[in-house]
Amino acid sequence: MVKQWILYSKIAIWIMAFLPLLRLVWLGIHDDLGANPVEFVERYTGTWALVFLLGSLTMTPVRLFTGQAWPIQLRRLLGLWMFAYVCLHVTTYIWLDYGFYWPDIVKDIVKHPYVVVGFSAFVLTIPLAATSNQVMMRRLKGRWKKLHQLVYVIAILAILHFWWLVKKDVTEPFYYAAVLVFLLGIRLHFKYFKCSQSHSASLKNQAV
Amino acid sequence: MLIRNSRHNNPANIRSPEITPREVFESRRALLKACGFALLSVSTFSQKTAFAAMEGSGRTGKSIAAYRKTSYGAGEKLTSYEDVTTYNNFYEFGTDKPDPAIHSTLFKPRPWSISIEGEVKKTKTINIEDLMRLAPLEERIYRHRCVEAWSMVVPWIGLPLAALVKWAEPTGNAKFIEFISANDPLTMPGVRMPILDWPYTEGLRMDEAMHPLTLLAVGLYGEILPNQNGAPVRLVTPWKYGFKGAKSIVKIRFVERMPITTWAKTNPREYGFYANVNPNVDHPRWTQSSEKRIGAGLFAGRVKTQMFNGYAEQVAQLYAGMDLKKHF
Repeated sequence: MVKQWILYSKIAIWIMAFLPLLRLVWLGIHDDLGANPVEFVERYTGTWALVFLLGSLTMTPVRLFTGQAWPIQLRRLLGLWMFAYVCLHVTTYIWLDYGFYWPDIVKDIVKHPYVVVGFSAFVLTIPLAATSNQVMMRRLKGRWKKLHQLVYVIAILAILHFWWLVKKDVTEPFYYAAVLVFLLGIRLHFKYFKCSQSHSASLKNQAV
Repeated sequence: MLIRNSRHNNPANIRSPEITPREVFESRRALLKACGFALLSVSTFSQKTAFAAMEGSGRTGKSIAAYRKTSYGAGEKLTSYEDVTTYNNFYEFGTDKPDPAIHSTLFKPRPWSISIEGEVKKTKTINIEDLMRLAPLEERIYRHRCVEAWSMVVPWIGLPLAALVKWAEPTGNAKFIEFISANDPLTMPGVRMPILDWPYTEGLRMDEAMHPLTLLAVGLYGEILPNQNGAPVRLVTPWKYGFKGAKSIVKIRFVERMPITTWAKTNPREYGFYANVNPNVDHPRWTQSSEKRIGAGLFAGRVKTQMFNGYAEQVAQLYAGMDLKKHF
């Protein structure tokens, strides 16, 4: 029963991941990407990467609240779709925006803070995507979890990337930042509040 | 039981306060249209259909009767009317590029008058019709370079700012001109939010203001300015970044000291008073050595940005001896 639900959820994630891509292709074919199509594709792929990143970070809180293990089985798929959108985002930047003109790309990455953090986030996603399969999980054992905690750094860098890109009106990045703070807050709550509760409970048990 | 209220059945009996004034009626319709568009824009799969449903995307339909063509910008490929009027930075109507076209339908650019204040013989006002008669209107095709590293080519219609300055009769103390934009929370939804320090304020040095390239634009593509482009009158200084072009000007003040302009006040590290297009002075956010041409398509890449946006021959002498890295 649970297995079936996991399967359905996975199908739903695949559909949700493909729809934005389909829309992008549709808009592209119909010459409907707006006045600044490159900027549009950059914004679009970046935003969806952030959505999947936050989606993958939602799985642990769901597990903590429900006590079920199934959310963790969806986490990898969401994370890999984030990586797919990140790759599209970076490809758009290097190819469509800068036409593989490396001197300008390097200058842009080094000189502009929002690009520095964005590019760092991209680089950090590579080892996570590369070690996302079962084989690497088994091989890395305890270190795997440590390595994949990098996702928190990536999330913070991604939000900064969005925040610093905006000229003045930070409403949109604020919403994403708020979601991230909420998701991280739940973890801290469970780690320090709930744990200490169960810890004192176990102490009491010992006393008895 | 049916009660017939004869007073309300006979239109002649409606007391005048019950009649909705025409402007209120029309502005309500415009508001409803704007709301409808906002709904449509989030739900639609295609962008173009959303824009087609929007009143603002059509031509203003009010052509300018008499203006002469000039040789400015001969050979430049014009950016389409659609792109020029739907990809705008005009924060008084919202911070997204399509916002000004969507949210400016309530804005009324006529009747309009500009007050002339400060270091002038005498404070006076001029209405938009008289302003348009101060000098023969001419069409000038100018390159328009935004600080965000994109650019357009726009066929403006307007008159040299110098004509207005002469009419204003500034005193010898006038060293700078300050331009103040409209700031009406009722018709400009952006100014209800503290995004910038409203009203939007820009400025020029006197010699920049008198320069023959400096234009007061009242139209584009043969028609009066659409609201989203700064109706009814805006400043155009093609060798400077686009944010220097104050839109919907309501006040022009002649001053002795360099005015504090809106973006320079907001973020002095990123925006200066001069804001001359300069590929050698990088911006903390955007590479300024190249730019994306709006309308060129997904695979067009970038074009090199020229010093003073390609107007160096005409304007470079204004800044002779100045350190442009310092006075950015």
